[in-house]
Amino acid sequence: MQREGSALNGLGVVALKETSDHLTSVRMRVIECLIIILAFVTVYFAAAQVRDTTPEDPFAFLRLFTNAREDVPLSFLFFLSTFLVPVMAIGLAFDAVNSEHSRRTLSRVLSQPIYRDALLFGKFGAGLFTISVSLVALWLLVIGLGLLILGVPPNAQETARAFIFLLVTIAYAGVWLALALLFSIVFRSAATAALVSFGLWLFLVFLWQFVAQILATVIAPPDPGYTSLGLQTPETVEWQTALARLSPKTLYDEIALALLNPAQRALGPIYLAQLQGAVLGAPLPLGQSLVIAWPQIVGLIAGMIILFTIGYTVFQRQEVRA
Amino acid sequence: MTDGTVIEVQNLVKRYDGTAVVKGVSFSVARGEIFGVLGPNGAGKTTTILMLLGLSTISGGQARVLGHDPEREPLAVKRRVGYLPDQVGFYDNLSAAENLRYTARLIGIERAEREAKIADSLAQVGLSDVANSRVATFSRGMRQRLGLAEILMKDAQIAILDEPTSGLDPQVTVELLEMIRGFKRRGVTVLLSSHLLERVQSVCDRVALFSEGTIVLMGTVPELGRQVLGGGFRVEVEAQGQDLAKNLAAIPGVQKVESPSPTQLLLLADHDVRPEAAAAVVAAGGRLQRLAVAEPSLEAIYTRYFHDHPQESAIHAA
Repeated sequence: MQREGSALNGLGVVALKETSDHLTSVRMRVIECLIIILAFVTVYFAAAQVRDTTPEDPFAFLRLFTNAREDVPLSFLFFLSTFLVPVMAIGLAFDAVNSEHSRRTLSRVLSQPIYRDALLFGKFGAGLFTISVSLVALWLLVIGLGLLILGVPPNAQETARAFIFLLVTIAYAGVWLALALLFSIVFRSAATAALVSFGLWLFLVFLWQFVAQILATVIAPPDPGYTSLGLQTPETVEWQTALARLSPKTLYDEIALALLNPAQRALGPIYLAQLQGAVLGAPLPLGQSLVIAWPQIVGLIAGMIILFTIGYTVFQRQEVRA
Repeated sequence: MTDGTVIEVQNLVKRYDGTAVVKGVSFSVARGEIFGVLGPNGAGKTTTILMLLGLSTISGGQARVLGHDPEREPLAVKRRVGYLPDQVGFYDNLSAAENLRYTARLIGIERAEREAKIADSLAQVGLSDVANSRVATFSRGMRQRLGLAEILMKDAQIAILDEPTSGLDPQVTVELLEMIRGFKRRGVTVLLSSHLLERVQSVCDRVALFSEGTIVLMGTVPELGRQVLGGGFRVEVEAQGQDLAKNLAAIPGVQKVESPSPTQLLLLADHDVRPEAAAAVVAAGGRLQRLAVAEPSLEAIYTRYFHDHPQESAIHAA
């Protein structure tokens, strides 16, 4: 059935209102504090280590994102992928739709000449925009602090890599945002939605890699021929990587590795034969690093779109009345 | 559809998972009318309203609002219809004016007219003083009035009000009903749902009585009175004396005399028999204390209807 008028009628109004709600909320103050603390702490730790190797490292600046002090192995990247981005995204979206139900504003807003699409797109857009603003601020902070501490400006390649890394981080945030938005549609209680979102976050970020390991040995049991030689069975490893990549964190970590470490030549298991002729440790050009991470980047964006689409479908079919 | 009809509903059906909640209701509302949709909770009133607004899918039958199909052209319907949901909610962190500003932008009111319209509609419902207070501090009645202000701001041709008076104290209810009459004076058609009968009786031109997802009675209140309560006029007599009931029953036109208490008598007659009744009481040597002709009350119609149709109320109770 053809609907009359544009589905995006009122989208800008909703997005603007939601953004202003986010930016003035207490949650935003908390996020701001987190960002400042995180930037200072991780850059301070990373810089202490990077400074020793600055003269001979052509990518010293990128090390700021990935390196950590040896006694405290908490890098900026680790904080970002494990804590900051998921928590920020879930925190902004877990009550996006169910709060409209509980405040009894949904039917009143939807009785205005807009489609439900505008409301959902507006909410998602506002969330993504708010996170983007925060992440850009964080990114600039880290680069600025890096400039001050290292005293060397980043070269063009480093800047480009760091910028693409920023875009990927926003997409990663989009996945968590779409997930939390989905739960805010499915669960009428904001508390339930938050619990389920955070539960899934803990599971995907901390437990999933171990679960993937166990599942892989069940699906493709290790071959004694390999184990007796002290080697891993290729099938098992392949299954393990494939399963681990179902978690957005695995995908994001792999992309970050390829982007921020130009020497990274492959993600996942490779045979020694494939490395024949490779100059190990030699940096790849940016284009080649992107090629390596491209499947993961596509996967991350696809995950965001799929999660959002599921939420969209559920929301369209949902009754306005509780 | 005639020119005067703004809402036309035919055989409207709503099913949830195979269970029909609204089972083929038909009614039409004329321009400028106050139409009451009455009935117990769960009778299908809100579901019908949501279908009229295109907020709920229609399982069967047809609805036309101002000539538009709410399912196919929801935006055209929603541009012209104002809706006050049951227990309307606003964004608590925003002020009354900010809440209206958000709606105004959703409606697409031009920036130049926006502020004037907001101020004007807030003034009309008496909320000008608190325009910049956060809605979190508002009472239930103030929220309902803000909801009406939103409809005024929208310049809606039809106002659909779902349980506008529920949970309000009597004085606020009276004020709110007066505002609803104000809608009618501006030429706005009002569709009003309620389960509180005597309150809405005073404002409604016509009512439809919902039960179990069907309309069991429809018409003006006096019409329904005749239809259900049988008699044309109910005359109440309060008097002291001997054999008054027998004397009153002898008056031509009186069909029935009931005596709820020794001094109270209730006459059912086909015309206004007050003069004859007064004469009869005096002739019998009685002391007449009160004499009145009773308007049929919706409450009585309602109670009597469900008393006379016990199967339906039995299903309802189950």
